[in-house]
This record gives sequence, structure tokens and C-alpha cells, in this order.
Amino acid sequence: MDFSIAGILALDGITNGAIYALLALATVLVFAVTRVIFIPQGEFVAYGALTLAMLQQGLVPGTVWLLLALALLAALAEAVGELRRGVTVGKVAGAALRSLVAPALIALLAWWAAPLKPPLVLQALLTLALVAPLGPLIYRLAYARLADASVLVLLIVSVGVHFALTGLALVFFGAEGFRNPVFWDARFQHGAVSLTGQALIIFGVSIALMIALFLFFGHTLRGKALRATAVNRLGARLMGISATGAGRLSFGLAAFIGALSGLLIGATTTMFYDSGFLIGLKGFVAAIFGGLASYPAAALGAVFVGLLESVGSFWASAFKEVIVFTLILPVLLWRSFQHGHHDDEE
Amino acid sequence: MKTFRSLGAAMLALLTSLAAHADITIGISLPLTGPASGLGIPMKNQFALFPQSIAGEKLNLIILDDATDPSKGASNAKRFVTEDKVDLIGGSAATPVAIAMADIAAEAGTVQLMFSPAQLPPGKDTWSFRLPQSNAVMAYAMVEHMKKQGVKTVGFLGYTDAYGEGWLKDFSATAEKSGIKVVGVERFARADTSVTAQALKLTSANPDAILIVASGSGAAMPHKAVVERGYKGKIYQTHAAASRDLVRVGGKDVEGAFVVSGPAVIAEQLPDTHPSKQVATDFVVKYEKAYGPGSRNQFAGHAYDTLVVLEKAIPVALKKARPGTKEFRAALRDAFETMGRTVLSHGVINWTKDDHWGFTNETGVILKVVNGDWKVE
Repeated sequence: MDFSIAGILALDGITNGAIYALLALATVLVFAVTRVIFIPQGEFVAYGALTLAMLQQGLVPGTVWLLLALALLAALAEAVGELRRGVTVGKVAGAALRSLVAPALIALLAWWAAPLKPPLVLQALLTLALVAPLGPLIYRLAYARLADASVLVLLIVSVGVHFALTGLALVFFGAEGFRNPVFWDARFQHGAVSLTGQALIIFGVSIALMIALFLFFGHTLRGKALRATAVNRLGARLMGISATGAGRLSFGLAAFIGALSGLLIGATTTMFYDSGFLIGLKGFVAAIFGGLASYPAAALGAVFVGLLESVGSFWASAFKEVIVFTLILPVLLWRSFQHGHHDDEE
Repeated sequence: MKTFRSLGAAMLALLTSLAAHADITIGISLPLTGPASGLGIPMKNQFALFPQSIAGEKLNLIILDDATDPSKGASNAKRFVTEDKVDLIGGSAATPVAIAMADIAAEAGTVQLMFSPAQLPPGKDTWSFRLPQSNAVMAYAMVEHMKKQGVKTVGFLGYTDAYGEGWLKDFSATAEKSGIKVVGVERFARADTSVTAQALKLTSANPDAILIVASGSGAAMPHKAVVERGYKGKIYQTHAAASRDLVRVGGKDVEGAFVVSGPAVIAEQLPDTHPSKQVATDFVVKYEKAYGPGSRNQFAGHAYDTLVVLEKAIPVALKKARPGTKEFRAALRDAFETMGRTVLSHGVINWTKDDHWGFTNETGVILKVVNGDWKVE
């Protein structure tokens, strides 16, 4: 293992690590705000990459129908709840229709634009517009009513959502894999190490997103509301912050980050309908580094997971996953020794 | 009302069992839904083209969906042997399902034609015959081609699952006999985001050829990674990668790759000397006449081959016993084991008492990717 091999491995590891970092941030965000261990995080990656692949072929992706169906179900659930509370039928119907306008517009746009094969950047934006709204809708349908349940119950729901999304992905995108075109087809050679334009984009987008999240949490009212909910749900509610609203926002961000990661990684590897799970799981391992609470620690953990994975593949490729996932044990041990036992349930 | 309905059901059951005893009944379990549905559906299409009778006996096909679920496949097989009293079981196209069905077929003493290359423990496959080629037969064709190309060293880059392991074992054994050395073994999983590290290690050993063992579109990513590392040697792919998806995802990077394949799907391009030329052409012409040009598929070929072996074995078995009896089922098995060299659309098969795989070494064909299309080497 000489210097050039180490360089290539490091670059490969950091490129993947950057993606894991994004997913780790989303996992930490969702857990901090809603206490949901969001296993389906990786599914958004697959949905993002494969929705773009469908648009590339000029087909209307199945995500359009999923978005419409979920929006309709969410509106119905909302309407039934309102009616029970004694709100008049006219008002309920009006609210339901209003909540359907945005998804319907996005779906129409996708349906109209897909056969025209717009430029790659527009397709990518359309993909984000299709996948990101799935987050809040899934929160509304699967988690909102259970917001006060235990972490374990929420975890079990997550497993269910994961299986449902994977199954639907198989229906929408088929069993075969897709590879998307790169956003920037450049290559910079430095000795044996070659840096691709796509890798640069991955670094750039990851860093930009982290800065954006930092600014969002530190300097906007909504971001501060999310942080307040993360610190103390009850306290935040007493201050007039809606827990459901915070949940929706965090799931929306998670879906957005997931879809974005899918767009980034879809050009460097072949994505299958079920590829997202393993990618999301590695993001989760990284999030454990931060104790599901610290964003910088999670991001550093992600880069470490990426590096470990690439070095592990080089030395013992058959045991690569074993190496990565065994890592979680000493980390958990270390964290529990350091912080002692504490209940996360009130 | 309830008694009336159960009476009706009983009469119906009586009628069907009467009918079953007069005809040759075949129970087929296919994955028509679930992950392997892509394999099962074209097979069902081919079974729909089956004739009404074989050797003057009426043919009664029962096709059930096993949803790619081993327990569903097993309950289908149980139904076949207890309720339908079938003379032969077909299925499944998914390996785990086929294995689950094998035990039931063996217990009932009914021949099972497997549509997947399922490995069974020794002594467990007395009643199970396989229609797809074994990896060893394909590895033989590949090693022969490597010898011609002057390849002396091979790097192996394969799935971490049973498919990768099976190929590693069969390929290493065959290659060693021909003096070809496997100089590096690297593994990856279909869902991996990168195989750069594995490709790096393999290419630094600089073998004459690299063998990639993966399936469909999953075979493209490692191929691209090896090419990206500037590897200039020959790259081989297995028959699981011999689909359009390899070229679709791999693009110009898979240009010049060698892919081993069964003969059925490339019927027109087969040299006239290949034994399967005629049968494979017949399969492709008939299938595409019914389902449109370009619809041919490896698994539909297995369904076609089912008919070929049945038409050869059933007349032999009929001489010994009547359909619907235990004796007929045993006679059918003996007929399969003794019918000798049989030309299928997928190659040449020769089942014997000890070998229920049976494909001979004249089966495999090496294709080269030229301008995004297959060309027989």
C-alpha cells in the first residue's frame, strides 16, 4: 500500500463519507425533533436516484402517483379529524382541497414535463419537488398520531414504513438498476489520483448543505423552533410551537436531504430499488457516533465510516460490511461508559 | 345453503379428480409476483403456447403463483401431490422456492423439473432435475475461450453471495486444470456504492483477465470501476449478466467485454455447427410470433425446453404405466434418466442416474459486446 493507493482509497472513502454525512445529519435531525429512528431515510435516496432515472428515459415516474395518493390520504385523515372535532363540512372540504393544490400542481408539472426530456438540472429539480413532499406526508400518515408513543413503537413503525417504501419502489422502478449521467463530466489528474467533477459536486453540495442547516438552525425562527422542540417537546409546546408542525418540517428536510443524496450518488454507482437501505444504515452508524444528538460528531463519524469502508474493501473485501457494522459496538460501549445510563423516556 | 355449497364443492372435486386420472396432469409453481416475477411471467407466457396433448394423451397444466416465497411454493407443491395428484411438478424459477419444493416432490415420489440452478445436498435430488445450466458448464466454455486468448492469470471480482461463491468454486477448479491461475479474489455486494478499492487491488496485481461475477445491471458497476482504474486486459462476465441491462447501464465501458451465455437468446447468431441452432431458432420464432419481436427471454426458453424433454420422456413412460399412478411417475423419472443426449434450446442435456444437471460442455457460448450489441465469438 503506497502513497498513490492510499490517496485513491482516501478520496473514494471521503466521497462516500460525504453522502453518509448528509444522511447522518438527516437521521440526527429527525430523531432529535420527533424521537423517530428513521430507518426509511435511505429509501429517499433510492427514490431520488430512480425518479431521476425515470425522467431521463422520458417516463412519468411512479413517485408522481405515490405523491398524489399520500396527499389524498393525508387530506382525508385530516378532514375526518376535523369533522369529529365539529368543524363545519364546508370549512373542512375547503381545507382539504387547499392541501391538495400543491401536490397536484407538482404531479401535473411532472406529468407534462417528463416526455419532453428537459435538461438534467431541471429534471433534478423536478425530482426534488417530487420526493421531498413525501417526507411530511409520511409523517402525517404514519407518525403524527403516535407522536407521544415510546421510541420502540416509533422504531417499529419505521420498519413498517421501510418495507412499504421498498416494496412500492419495486413496483414503480422495477427490479433492475439504473445509473444516472454525471452532472459535471470533468476529471482532474494528480499523479495516480484522479478527481472527478461529480466527486467535487458531492463535496460542494454536502458542505453547502451543512452550512445552510447551520444557518437555518441558528438564525431563522423556524429553525430555532425545531431546536426548541428537540431540546424539550413540552416546553416548546407551551411556548406555542406546534410539535406536529416541527415533525413535518423535520421529515420534509430529511426527505429533501435523502433525495439530494440520491441525485448525487446515482451518478457514481448503479442504484436499485432496495439500494437505499444499506446506504441509509451507514448514515445511521455515523449518526450513532454523534449519539443521535450531535451534528458535527455525526458528520465526522460519516467520513470515518466512508474511509473505513474503502480501506476495508481494499484489505478484506468479503468482510467489508462486517467491519463497518461491527464498529458500532465499541462506539456504543464508549458512549454508554462516557455518559452513563440515561432514560430517553419521560 | 352451507351444505348445498359443500355438496357442490365435493362434486366439483370429484369431477376434476376424475378428469385428472384420465390425463397427464402437470403442476407448475412460478413466481408470478414478488422479486422474481420477471422470471416467472415469461415462463407462463411460454406455457400458454403448450399443445393440448402429448403422445395422444390430453395435457392438463395447473399453474400457480408462489410469489417468490418458499413457504408458498412448498404449499403449492403439497397441493399438487395431495389434491391434484400430478404426474410431474414444474418449478420454481426462484432458487430458494425450488429448493423448498424439492423435499415435497421427493417425499411424494414425483418428478420435479427445476427452472433454477438450485444446489441440493447429495442424495436429495433423486426426483429433481434442473433445466438451467450449471455454473461449471458455463465456466468450461469460458476457460476454453481464455485458453484461446492466451490468458494465464485471472482476477476474480464477484458477489458475496451463493452465486459468487458457486462461480469461484467451479471456475477455479476448471481453470486450474487448464493451467490458468486465479491471482486475486475480491468481493462486493449488489447494493455497494463503490468497488473502487477492490478494483484497485485487483488491477495492481495486473492479471491477464478479470472475471466479474454479478447479475444484470449489477454487473455494470464493477465493470466500470475496473475500466476506470485504467485496466487494459480482458474482462469476462457470467451468464447472469448476459442481459440488455449490462449494456444499458455500462454504456461504452463494457464495450469489448466477453460474456458467457446459453444459446437460446442468441439463436440467429449461433454458428450452424452449434447443436442447439435449430431448436433455439424454433423457440425464438414461435415465442416472438406470439409476444412480439425482442420479447425472447432465457426463462421462457426453460419453459420451451420443458416441452422438449416431456415429448421425449412421456411416450417412453406411457409404455410402462398409465398416467395418474405411482408407477407412471417412477417410469417418468427413469425415462428422464435414460433418454440420453437431448438437444434443447439452451444447449445439450444428458441426464443420468447420478447427474441431474446434465448439460454437456458443448452448451456455453461466448459473446462479445460490440457497438452495444452481442456478437458470438
